[in-house]
Amino acid sequence: MSALLDHLPEFWQGLVVTLQLTVASFAGAAVVGLVITAMRVSPVGVLRGIGTAYVETFQNLPLLVLLVLAVFGLPEIGLKADLLVTAMIVIALYEAAYIAEALRSGVNAVSAGQGEAARALGLTFGQSLRHVVLPQALRTVIQPVGNIFIALTMNTSLAAAVGVVDLTAAANRVNLMEAQPIPIFVGAGLAYALIAACAGFVTGRLERRLVVVR
Amino acid sequence: MSNLLFDQPGPRARRRIRIATAVGAVAVLALLALAVRQFAAGGQLDADRWSPYATWPMWRYLLNGLWATALAAVVSAALAMAAGLALALGRLSRRGWVRVPAAAYVEVVRTIPALLLVYVVLFALPRYGLDLPLFWKLVVPLAISNAAAFAEIFRAGVLSVERGQGEAGLAVGLTQGQTMRLIVLPQAARRVLPSIVSQSVGLLKDTSLGFVVSYAELLYSGKVLATYNGLLIQTYIVVALIYLVVNASLSKLARTLDSRGTPGARRLRRRPARA
Repeated sequence: MSALLDHLPEFWQGLVVTLQLTVASFAGAAVVGLVITAMRVSPVGVLRGIGTAYVETFQNLPLLVLLVLAVFGLPEIGLKADLLVTAMIVIALYEAAYIAEALRSGVNAVSAGQGEAARALGLTFGQSLRHVVLPQALRTVIQPVGNIFIALTMNTSLAAAVGVVDLTAAANRVNLMEAQPIPIFVGAGLAYALIAACAGFVTGRLERRLVVVR
Repeated sequence: MSNLLFDQPGPRARRRIRIATAVGAVAVLALLALAVRQFAAGGQLDADRWSPYATWPMWRYLLNGLWATALAAVVSAALAMAAGLALALGRLSRRGWVRVPAAAYVEVVRTIPALLLVYVVLFALPRYGLDLPLFWKLVVPLAISNAAAFAEIFRAGVLSVERGQGEAGLAVGLTQGQTMRLIVLPQAARRVLPSIVSQSVGLLKDTSLGFVVSYAELLYSGKVLATYNGLLIQTYIVVALIYLVVNASLSKLARTLDSRGTPGARRLRRRPARA
């Protein structure tokens, strides 16, 4: 137990990095996912194709391959960026594919009459998406997006494999110094479980508040 | 395609669609041109940096890596599915002392990163005298973490089978166990097949953690190859393409199974695979 308490600053540092990665990547993934969803339901064939190709590519590549390619590969072609920022961008792009897929199922769940009504009022594609369809779609996908958030939190740990000192890497380092694996890894596991529990609580509350009863 | 958001376009809409098509195409081409320029500027497009990937020994080496990936994925999928089925049945049991631990396992393991489990097996267990062979150092943590996911899939499948099926089984005099085995599970298995396949894609993606364990699967083989021949970016792009082809085929299979479905069955909401 003392191993955990002696190294509290390292753990705290790691937890802060994990939270930064989680929040920044989720924000990025939400924005990109929204754009990809809009492209996939648009009347323009080329944009639909791009959206589908994006989702297919990022859902079928392991995140670790993308991270390795970005962290070690991009400097070779003259693109250098901060390690943490690179990890954030890669995780955001990867999870955006999953958010886009969840949002699209939400859009498909909105009844066709809503879109027809919006057009009958003379709203354009963008207006009907923004004011009529998306607000309803978002409410139906709160639970799936909450699950994606939890999975994203777990996935940020992969950044440890390319050298970001997040919670997982901090736990590993402290263990190498102290050689007391049980309290250290259990502590780190509890911290992740706590983040996931908070996310679950928030999505539960949001869903009760916002869900549309049909 | 959904026609939720647009009708048959009129002349003005067709013009706008043509403009958007042109803008989209130009944006993609510009992005491609930019990428090619960056690659060319670093000399990464030179023929001698790519030609090694047209030779058989290189492919034999990478295909060996793919074989190791497949082996790790199949073994951990088998273990995870067996454990997942047991956990699902446990969580549906009427006995509290079975139900509570099974539920606790699923809920806790669902929120622990696979990499943390890999580190535990890699650095913690040897201290307690349990030094597994390299293959199992990758397979055991993957099986532990994916068992929870498979358990939830099986549980959803069992719950999707109509109540009357189980009641009918009991009514003709089958025991609880027989009803589950002969009536409910065969129907549930068919319904969850697409979810099982997409979860397996996630598991196959997880085997890239062999990179950390230094088990010679596809990604670690790529790392070794890149250190050996110095063609870093080319090697990882080839590795990524192999993953893409294999996983896209599996995802296609999942979609085909899903669209075929089971006649007369209530459709399950398919859970997207998680990495």
